Amino acid sequence: MPNEAPDPTADVRERPAADDVRRIYLQKDGPMLVEGPVEVQLEDGGVATSDRFRVALCTCRRSRRYPWCDTSHRRRRRDR
Amino acid sequence: MSDEPTGPMLPQDRGPVSAAMIGALRDGGPPAVGEAAATADPYGDDLQLALYVAYELHYRGFAGVDPAREWDPELLRVRAVLERRFLDALRADATAHESATAALDDLLVEPVGGDGVPHVLERSGTRSQLREYAAQRSLYHLKEADPHAWVLPRLWGRAKAGMAAVEFDEFGGGRAERVHAQLFADLMADLGLDTTYGRYVEAAGAEMLAVVNLMSLFGLHRALRGALVGHFAAVEVTSSPASRRLAGAMRRAGAGPAAEFFYDEHVEADAVHEQVVRHEVVDGLLAVEPHLERDVAFGIDATGFLDDRFGERLLSAWQAGESSLRRAIELDLVRVP
Ligand code: FES
Ligand SMILES: [Fe+2]
Ligand SMILES: [Fe+2]
Repeated sequence: MPNEAPDPTADVRERPAADDVRRIYLQKDGPMLVEGPVEVQLEDGGVATSDRFRVALCTCRRSRRYPWCDTSHRRRRRDR
Repeated sequence: MSDEPTGPMLPQDRGPVSAAMIGALRDGGPPAVGEAAATADPYGDDLQLALYVAYELHYRGFAGVDPAREWDPELLRVRAVLERRFLDALRADATAHESATAALDDLLVEPVGGDGVPHVLERSGTRSQLREYAAQRSLYHLKEADPHAWVLPRLWGRAKAGMAAVEFDEFGGGRAERVHAQLFADLMADLGLDTTYGRYVEAAGAEMLAVVNLMSLFGLHRALRGALVGHFAAVEVTSSPASRRLAGAMRRAGAGPAAEFFYDEHVEADAVHEQVVRHEVVDGLLAVEPHLERDVAFGIDATGFLDDRFGERLLSAWQAGESSLRRAIELDLVRVP
C-alpha cells in the first residue's frame, strides 16, 4: 500500500523506525526536520547539500540561508 | 601521581577565597579559606575565580598541579560552599518561570530593534570590541560543549539520543577540524588573538567567569541534570539569531573567513540543535522525569540572567569608551596580523 492513512494519535518518537524509512518532522510554525545527510534540489537550479545528522528545511521562505532554516520564522516583538 | 607537566598557569588571585584556593593548588596543602567563603559576593571576582579554578581541575588542570587534586576532599568541601552561595543567589535573583515551556516561549520571540551585544556589534562593532568579546567568550568556546557531555550518563532514551546527536555535531561529526572549539580557535586566530587554552582568564571579568561556572556547576552534578538540560536549551535557542548578527559583525569588520565561518556555521547548526534539544532532550527528559520541570526552567532562567549580566558589563564599558576587559593589557601583548 503506497500511502497509509494518517494515524492522528501516533507519535513516531515513541517507536523505533524501520531501517529503510527516513523520518521527517513537520510543524506548523517552524522548519521541516529531515534526517540527514540530504541533497536539496532548488527550484531555480542549484543543489544544497548537508551531511548533518538532521537538517531543518525552511518552510516560511523568510530564511536568509534558504533552504536551511535560520530561525527567521520566529514571531517578533517590539519590546524596547 | 606527578604534577601536570603542561597546561594553563594558575591565575592571580582576586581576593581571599581565590587566594586560598590557588595557594592550595600551588603548595599542595588544604585551602585556608576561613570565613571568607561564607561572605564573598556570589557574583564577584573572588568567588567566581575560586570556583573557576576548582572546576578547571575537571577539564585541563594547571601546569605544576597534581591532577589527583580533582578529587581532593578539602578542595571539594570549599567548592561546595561556594556553589551553594552561587546557586542561592541565582535562585533568588533570576526570573522564575513555572515551566520549561513558559521559559522557552519567552526566548522564542525575537525582539525587534534589540539592543543586546550581538545587535550592537552588528551595527557598530569595532575590531577591538570584537577582540574583547572573543577573548572573553574563549573561556567557554575553547571547551565548547564539554560541560554538557557530563549529562549524557544521566539521561535515557530520547533525551540521551538527542543530546548525543547534538554533541556529535558540536564535536565536529567525527572530524577534528570541525570541532566547534577548533572553529573558535580559528576565529581567534583571524582576530589576532592567542588561541592557547586559558590565555584570557586574567582578562575576563567576574561576569564571564560566572557564565562558564554555571555550565560546570550544572554539568558536574547529577542532581542538577534538569538545570543542565534547561541551560543547554537556552543556549541553543538563542544562538542562531545571535550568530547571524555576529557573523554580520565579523564580515563588516573584515575579521576574516574563519571568524565569519564560526558564526555562519552556528546559524544553521543551532537552528537544528534548537529543534532537537526542545523536542527530544527537554521533552524526552520531562516525559520520564516530570518532577524535573522546575529545574529545567531554572536552568533556562539562570542562563539568561547571567548572559544579561555579561552583556551589561560589555555594553556599559563600551558606552563609557572603555575596555570591557579586566586587564586590557592582555590583548595588547598579542600580535595583530
Ligand atoms: S522555517 Fe525557520 S527560517 Fe523559515
Ligand atoms: Fe557549537
Ligand atoms: Fe549548538
